[in-house]
Amino acid sequence: MTDTAVPVTTRKDWTSDQEVRWCPGCGDYSILAAVQMLLPDLGVRRENTVFVSGIGCAARFPYYMSTYGMHSIHGRAPAVATGLAVTRPDLDVWVVTGDGDALSIGGNHLIHALRRNVNITILLFNNQIYGLTKGQYSPTSEQGKVTKSTPFGSLETPFNPISLALGAEATFVARTHDMDRKHMQETFRRAHDHRGAAFVEIYQNCNVFNDGAFERITGRDVRAEELIPLVHGEPIRFGTEGQHGVVVDPDGRVRVAEVAQVGEQALLVHDEQREDPGLAFQLSRLARGPYEPTPIGVFRAVQRPEYGDAMSRQLLDAAEKRGPGDLEALLHSGGTWTVES
Amino acid sequence: MSSTATEPQRHQTVELDRVVIRFAGDSGDGMQLTGTQFTATSSLFGNDTATLPDFPAEIRAPAGTLAGVSAFQVHISDHDILTPGDAPSVLVAMNPAALKANLGAVSSGGTLIVNADGFDERALEKAGYPSNPLTDGSLAGYRVYEVPMTSLTLEVGKEAGVKPRDAERSKNFFALGLVCWLYSRPTEPTLTWMSERFASSPLVLDANTRAFKAGYHFGETAELFEANYQVRPARLEPGVYTNITGNNALAWGLIAAAHQAGLPLFLGSYPITPASDILHELSKQKHFGVRTLQAEDEIAGIGAAIGAAFGGALGVTTTSGPGIDLKSESIGLAVSLELPLVVIDIQRGGPSTGLPTKTEQSDLLHAMYGRHGESPVPIVAARTPSHCFEAAIEAVRIAVTYRTPVFLLSDGYLANGSEPWRLPDVASIPDIDPGFATAPEVGAADDGENRHSGDFQPYRRDEVTLARPWALPGTPGLEHRIGGLEKEDVTGDVSYDPVNHERMVHLRAAKVAGIASSVPPVEVDDALGPGGSPVLLLGWGSTYGAIGAAVRRVRARGLDVAHAHLMHLNPFPPNLGEVLRSYMDVLVPECNLGQLSKLVRAEYLVDARSMTKVQGQPFRAAEIEKAVLALLGIDPEAATSSSPQEDVAS
Ligand code: SF4
Repeated sequence: MTDTAVPVTTRKDWTSDQEVRWCPGCGDYSILAAVQMLLPDLGVRRENTVFVSGIGCAARFPYYMSTYGMHSIHGRAPAVATGLAVTRPDLDVWVVTGDGDALSIGGNHLIHALRRNVNITILLFNNQIYGLTKGQYSPTSEQGKVTKSTPFGSLETPFNPISLALGAEATFVARTHDMDRKHMQETFRRAHDHRGAAFVEIYQNCNVFNDGAFERITGRDVRAEELIPLVHGEPIRFGTEGQHGVVVDPDGRVRVAEVAQVGEQALLVHDEQREDPGLAFQLSRLARGPYEPTPIGVFRAVQRPEYGDAMSRQLLDAAEKRGPGDLEALLHSGGTWTVES
Repeated sequence: MSSTATEPQRHQTVELDRVVIRFAGDSGDGMQLTGTQFTATSSLFGNDTATLPDFPAEIRAPAGTLAGVSAFQVHISDHDILTPGDAPSVLVAMNPAALKANLGAVSSGGTLIVNADGFDERALEKAGYPSNPLTDGSLAGYRVYEVPMTSLTLEVGKEAGVKPRDAERSKNFFALGLVCWLYSRPTEPTLTWMSERFASSPLVLDANTRAFKAGYHFGETAELFEANYQVRPARLEPGVYTNITGNNALAWGLIAAAHQAGLPLFLGSYPITPASDILHELSKQKHFGVRTLQAEDEIAGIGAAIGAAFGGALGVTTTSGPGIDLKSESIGLAVSLELPLVVIDIQRGGPSTGLPTKTEQSDLLHAMYGRHGESPVPIVAARTPSHCFEAAIEAVRIAVTYRTPVFLLSDGYLANGSEPWRLPDVASIPDIDPGFATAPEVGAADDGENRHSGDFQPYRRDEVTLARPWALPGTPGLEHRIGGLEKEDVTGDVSYDPVNHERMVHLRAAKVAGIASSVPPVEVDDALGPGGSPVLLLGWGSTYGAIGAAVRRVRARGLDVAHAHLMHLNPFPPNLGEVLRSYMDVLVPECNLGQLSKLVRAEYLVDARSMTKVQGQPFRAAEIEKAVLALLGIDPEAATSSSPQEDVAS
């Protein structure tokens, strides 16, 4: 690391010379563009930035960035990133993953990275399908989904990634979508600036195998009525005229209501810093799927000691107490005796 | 055994040159602690020692049953020894099950010291004894000493003010005291150790100390033993010694190697028997800058180690066979990434969960071939508990120099066994140069056409080692992407080109094969010079002691046999083929079904014979001796009866 000012960069500086090989029209392009255009604004250096991925369409992402990067194996990116982040606290480590990669084969690593609060920024491209293997249902596909591997419809209840992350003790949980660059960048910036594990679910359109999965809520003409922006400290309301809102019933149930009926005062004020994730969890359950009003934005952003920092502190404490490691002393630590010549 | 009577006091003290003692009891009886402390005392006294802990996989198997028996065998000697001994001449048995499970191993005419209180009807029944062996004459061939250990311990426990149920727990210290007296061990080391170990609970310390002293005094005052024994200090090479287990030596070797390479050590590991002690030991050494992550699973353990290696740390993962199964895909990734990584396999009985606490050498072929694709990985194996230190340093050297994952094979026998270790001179531990890439390498002139000319080329190899640059995040100008997809030679870009793939497969294989040029030739122990003896014993890993002891026994008969032992299993030392071809007969003893013998037969077209044992126990020297005699055309039956000692001095 150097002390000199971070050089001014543009998108081009963050773009590698590799040809992008996603299907034309894939939502991944707009996410890549959002990231490449955001990085020059984050005050970070190319050489201190690492993208780690697993396997899947999204996992090709690191090849397109002119940063350090690793395209690892299926599901394991959070584990690889954990080892990198805890040994190199000076780096910005991003994990790019998909719904199959993060929630199926790599589910275990995801929840433990979140629980430990490792300093990584996880971008989960959720397209509710397996793209790279050509169209099987994924752990976020809706029940009844007909795919090549479920010709009679999927029998499985899908994961709600936001609920899952909150249940895994995540300190930063957010959702955005590939149709809104500004919202993506705002969300990514917040995620990047969070010290600890940041989890961002991105609704991403796979136009080849699951086209339009989110169109009913993210389409330009329906967005205002179908997306519920979560803004810290503001009453939760949405609709073209702000005519809908979210309230908590006396029995604790969180639901959508008409502002005209319940009154502005009754609206739930969003508090992303609430220690108890219960309310955030209820917000994550507001929509049963991407076909009815769905919250987007930051569900939760709380401070908790970052794992790598805590680990480094233990090392420093130990060195302070026992002095720096001394090989000679180590070899003698188990009790010795001398054989004279 | 040489025995000379000295000072005829109340008891005679008889001199022995060596003795093999086995402590056996219930898993909860503390036999491992008793054996370990007896070993430590003997080492401090100056004996050479070798140990064989043998315990069940269950933490507390049903008390009093054969399945729950835990044993610890120790060999102490006044000369240098190589094994924990074939057959104990003394068995300390805390209950009938311990007697029953271990009696078969005791040498004929051996000594049995039994806790007489443990032999009630219920205990006999649990152990499956139809009648009491102490009274039915079935132990007539042994010297039996019945000692009411439990009741004597309870008595001193009462004096200490301990509840009877707790007091009973000290009976292993009674046994330890008694055996310390019987073998003229000084009491100081044990008393000091106890005062440290039980410092936090004075009552327990008091009870244990009283039990230990009671055991010692019982030997001295009871008219039960005709004599006690003395095993004089061994004439070991001058130097400072410590007693070390394989797992500790391994952990320390990793710390030393990381230190010599100037790399921070990172361990990603998931708890598994018999490897967990490495995780425990390294977790204690934070002041060395050692980071340990107890991962969510085996895969995360190695994944995190790979991530750490990418960032410039010495990435290590430790496990046993089942964990290797799970890590295989990630090892393949490391082969493709060409990053330094050390994968440590403390082998145990398999397949599947197999025999978690028992030793085996059956993962060699897995280490060699257990991945899809052409995926070569160097393999280093430790041969004794203390050799784990050196083997760890060698594994790190290869990993760092050649930018490759390296297998380090140990096993349950080495991991838990201990021996005195003459401490190396820290200054003599060689440095390891990580040789990080520092500046973008400018493409060679003939690369004019290459669009990467002038850019950093992460797969441009060192001409000698074929290693690629290790370029750390944080270094401006070296930004690059690596991954599991096939790489284009030199540039490291993703490439599906068929000819490039073939070239890369050959390059990776050539890189690993080329490690042989940095490996010393295998040494042959042959009194007649290389190729002189009629039979060569070829071993690897933990069979070192048993083979070496067998060689001594064969030679003590005036016969000739040679021994070569491999530390490098992939690639083999450069002279191995020549060595093997120079012998009429090559015998390969292994605790598997002949894995090394398969490899050398395939590699060198030599008619190596396989000798196998897969009982979860190491070879006995006598077993190998017998096989050599058979090869030499000598009737092993006739030979066995005339076999004088199990581990003669060289
Ligand atoms: S298969 Fe779907 S997700 Fe994958 S690149 Fe094509 S459109 Fe994008």
